[in-house]
Amino acid sequence: MSELPSPGAPVRRRTVLDAILGIGIFSTLASFLYPVWRYVIPPALAEPDTDSVVAGRLAEFRNNSGAVLKFGTKPAIVVRTPDGQFRAFNAVCTHLDCTVQYKSDTSQIWCACHNGLYDLSGNVVSGPPPRPLEAFRVNVRGEPGQEEVVISRT
Amino acid sequence: MAGRAIVAWLDERVDLSGLRHFVAEKTVPVHAHKVWYYMGGLALFLFLVQVATGILLLLYYRPSASEAYESVKFIVSTVEFGWLIRNVHSWSANLLVLIAFIHLFSTFFLRAYRRPRELTWLSGVALLFLMLAFGFSGYLLPWNELAFFATKVGTGVAGAVPVVGDFLVRFMRGGDEVTGATLTRFYGLHVAVLPAITTVVLALHLLLIQRQGMSVPIGVEKRAREGVPIAQMPFFPNYVLRDLMWWFIALAIIAALSVFSPWELGQKADAFAPVPAGIRPEWYFLAMFQLLKMLPSHILGLEGEMLGVLGFSLIAVAVLLVPFLDTRAARGEPNRPLTVIGIVGLILFIAFTIYGYVAA
Repeated sequence: MSELPSPGAPVRRRTVLDAILGIGIFSTLASFLYPVWRYVIPPALAEPDTDSVVAGRLAEFRNNSGAVLKFGTKPAIVVRTPDGQFRAFNAVCTHLDCTVQYKSDTSQIWCACHNGLYDLSGNVVSGPPPRPLEAFRVNVRGEPGQEEVVISRT
Repeated sequence: MAGRAIVAWLDERVDLSGLRHFVAEKTVPVHAHKVWYYMGGLALFLFLVQVATGILLLLYYRPSASEAYESVKFIVSTVEFGWLIRNVHSWSANLLVLIAFIHLFSTFFLRAYRRPRELTWLSGVALLFLMLAFGFSGYLLPWNELAFFATKVGTGVAGAVPVVGDFLVRFMRGGDEVTGATLTRFYGLHVAVLPAITTVVLALHLLLIQRQGMSVPIGVEKRAREGVPIAQMPFFPNYVLRDLMWWFIALAIIAALSVFSPWELGQKADAFAPVPAGIRPEWYFLAMFQLLKMLPSHILGLEGEMLGVLGFSLIAVAVLLVPFLDTRAARGEPNRPLTVIGIVGLILFIAFTIYGYVAA
């Protein structure tokens, strides 16, 4: 590139033409890259946040068992403790987003990816997870004998 | 400047002097017909536009019968500038085929294929066939009604090929009918197989052109032998800037077409819906489509369709073999009968294309 002309020196025709060419090519590239950049960014999906979901009938859940189910776009885990209580959590491990599962032999929630362990309150017992699992509320509703287990965001 | 330092750094490691000499010394002949030289560069540019927009479409496109139509709809209606990317891809594809045809005909009439450039012609014709295959396979991907039935008809034509016809149809469709299996097959062809082959053939084509330089018409060559030197223009920057100007014109046309005449998505393909009226293929297959429609079902006891397909295949082979059939051009003599054949062929192609439009 030519150096800047000293003040007072006449601007050469070549310099002006080079500048126009450069500006033209630069604006062309910019007009390519802007739409491409906007295109590459994934659009926000118009999927409503789920607030509650029916996990199943009460009779389907045995004591000391767990089930993973769909809660909106993410998995949730419903656990029935050995003494018959219900717990529900966001099933996405707080470490690296794996889906956790219930371990009936130790009555803990376990992430198979990096051996993260949570207790039945969602708190980290051992392993790499940095935070407890997000807890959901569990309600049992319906006629006796027909009760449904419903989990919802607290 | 940083650029110069980087070049010096590279130069020290991989000797760039050959490349530098090549760029500095390459010239392009200047004569009355030089405008046709730009068609090749233009076709190359449009191909690169196809590669770029094609890769972008891959980010959101889903190749299955249940999702293809919806994903294209998503691209054009929800993704920002998705309508632009899809329309540029479709319009640029059409323009690419058009320019490739113009490139072929100008090369033909200027006899640029003559000795020693037979291989450039062969690879160029192969590239044109590849572009047509791109067009045919890409047409189905939005999985709309028109594409679905056009593909049914297009693949069905292969059934007229003697002996292996039925096999060919099954092979192309991935089954007896056009289904989701056809879609995944065409998709694989469109985004993997054809690009891979094209890359190799295109590289060969460009290498040959750089090695041999531009061909000049026979008349200009004759005058040069008689002592009139052919004027030359430096390739860089003079010719490159002119190339660039053509690319800008093409871009402006594509952008204008995309904005003012966007492609419709139409209805989703439904195998059990009746064929919509006015079904026809892309314009570059229209002449063939129209000819096949007009052939009687039986000619001299043979199937009309089979004769048509046979005829098209013969034309394709003849086009490929032009440099070897035209012995006069190889000797540097004009070949008037061949020019007449070319003109008649061109007029017939245009006439049947227009007829196909009017008849539909």
